[in-house]
Amino acid sequence: MSYHMYNREAEAMPKEKLRELQSERLCEMVKRVYEKVPMYRERFDSMGLKPEDIKSINDLTKLPFTYKQDLRDNYPFGLFAVPMDEVVRIHASSGTTGKQTVVGYTEKDMKLWGEVMARTIGAGGVTKSDIGHISYGYGLFTGGLGGGLGSETIGCATIPASTGNTKRQVTILEDFKPTFILATPSYALTIAEYMEQNGITADSLNLKAGFFGAEPWTESMRKEIEKRLNLKAYDIYGLSEVIGPGVAYECECQHGLHVNEDHFYLEIIDPETGEPLPDGTEGEIVFTCMTKEALPLIRYRTRDVGMRIPGECECGRTFVRMMKPAGRTDDMLIIRGVNVFPSQIESVLMELDGIAPYYQMIVERTGNLDNLTVLVELTEDTFTDEVRKLEAMSKKVTDAIHSVLGIACKVKLVEPKSIERFEGKAKRVIDKRTQVNF
Amino acid sequence: MLLKQISVFAENRRGAIMDITGVLFNAGVNLRAISIADTTDFGVVRLIVDKRKEALTALRENGMTVKETDVVALAVDDTPGAFHNALKALTESGIMVEYSYGFVSPIGEGATIILKCDDQEKALGCLTAKGFKLLTADDVKF
Ligand SMILES: [Zn+2]
Repeated sequence: MSYHMYNREAEAMPKEKLRELQSERLCEMVKRVYEKVPMYRERFDSMGLKPEDIKSINDLTKLPFTYKQDLRDNYPFGLFAVPMDEVVRIHASSGTTGKQTVVGYTEKDMKLWGEVMARTIGAGGVTKSDIGHISYGYGLFTGGLGGGLGSETIGCATIPASTGNTKRQVTILEDFKPTFILATPSYALTIAEYMEQNGITADSLNLKAGFFGAEPWTESMRKEIEKRLNLKAYDIYGLSEVIGPGVAYECECQHGLHVNEDHFYLEIIDPETGEPLPDGTEGEIVFTCMTKEALPLIRYRTRDVGMRIPGECECGRTFVRMMKPAGRTDDMLIIRGVNVFPSQIESVLMELDGIAPYYQMIVERTGNLDNLTVLVELTEDTFTDEVRKLEAMSKKVTDAIHSVLGIACKVKLVEPKSIERFEGKAKRVIDKRTQVNF
Repeated sequence: MLLKQISVFAENRRGAIMDITGVLFNAGVNLRAISIADTTDFGVVRLIVDKRKEALTALRENGMTVKETDVVALAVDDTPGAFHNALKALTESGIMVEYSYGFVSPIGEGATIILKCDDQEKALGCLTAKGFKLLTADDVKF
């Protein structure tokens, strides 16, 4: 079988050539940031490091890390490596804690973004004869505009549907017959649910592929989306600090996500020591943006947990694959000393028959004890007149969560649609604990 | 003949039952009987109504979770032992009653008992054979 590739020359470039290109690009970048970004210059100077000390990609580990806090400390434009005259786009992600993270793009950065997003969508077989439906939010969030840019770069007719007004989106899906969709996985399910409620089957749509990301999702959720929307679902990964969507993408083999390594270098490090970890070992994902002009970050600590997958992919791409992040360290909750990712709760629910995927976790502290309550929505299929069966259903969920996570929780069945539907990113967790540690 | 009962899921929160009755009132549906089974976390509101289809549509349109269940509606005399005799007949036939509630008969005399048994068809046969009077949807409609 031959695999789809938007830019075969880049994506399947020989390994040695890729390494050379990375070295060349890293050296050039290091010179540039030393000259243009005061924070990096100070950091290099205090380490006694000169740009000339970086001679190849092998010297990457000599460079200092960049933290999210650095972006906050230099808010809003302090880490930009170009004058504002050259910046053509600003995006910002709302921080759940503290200041928002601001990122900028030059004209060349926009081209780069279009290219890496085009590779992302192209990997799913999208060509310029396709029609794209972009259901990521358009605005300060990078999802909508970045996704749309990739679709337009390929030459697809692009529908900037953004989020919200699901009824109208379904009408567009039925009437304009887009062949692929970009959305958060939870919004894809909201669309599917709306269709089912209104007697619209996936047959009346023409979707063949969907590219989902921006929030953690599980394999069972992938199956659910594929079945209900009748398409092949691809996982995509990105973060605004690196470029937005387009950092890493799945090929048709769907065994990990290929990193656009000619532009973004992936390291996996031990979050405690900062030491690089060998392929096949889980650790913190770190990216270096070798070619970005406006915001070239060096060794940016994403706080996402991931792994470099060893070995080559059948598709022919030479770009390293990363394991789908297990969850963002920001999303991780520590409940009674146990690390819990919301996506784990989701997997549990999806694997239980007849349990709706709509849930919300509420963490509270009573005295010195953390209490986890999981709200699970009932559906007409799961609702029964018999109280005993409903109680058994709650117990089934409690037991399953206990066996997977090792913590006790209380499961509360709630009315359908009583858990807020998030048409952008899903907020699955309400942490009512005040952050008092020790 | 079995009667259709509507069950509605209700969270344990203030006004949950009123939300249900409000929807029915706005849809012009009259309640014939109501019973609430509750646990610490939620309740199941069971209803016998005059206009079943309208009630179902209105409840669903208001986002409520509903289910229809077949129940036996038994008309008994308003005399001591009337209900007991019915239960005795069911128990002797090996039928278990899961829940039951009663209301003043819409046909004017005696009382009406709603029964949900583990084997509804068998309960129906048993009670009919023993000469008990059972109500149908028409009896609660008028
Ligand atoms: Zn591949």
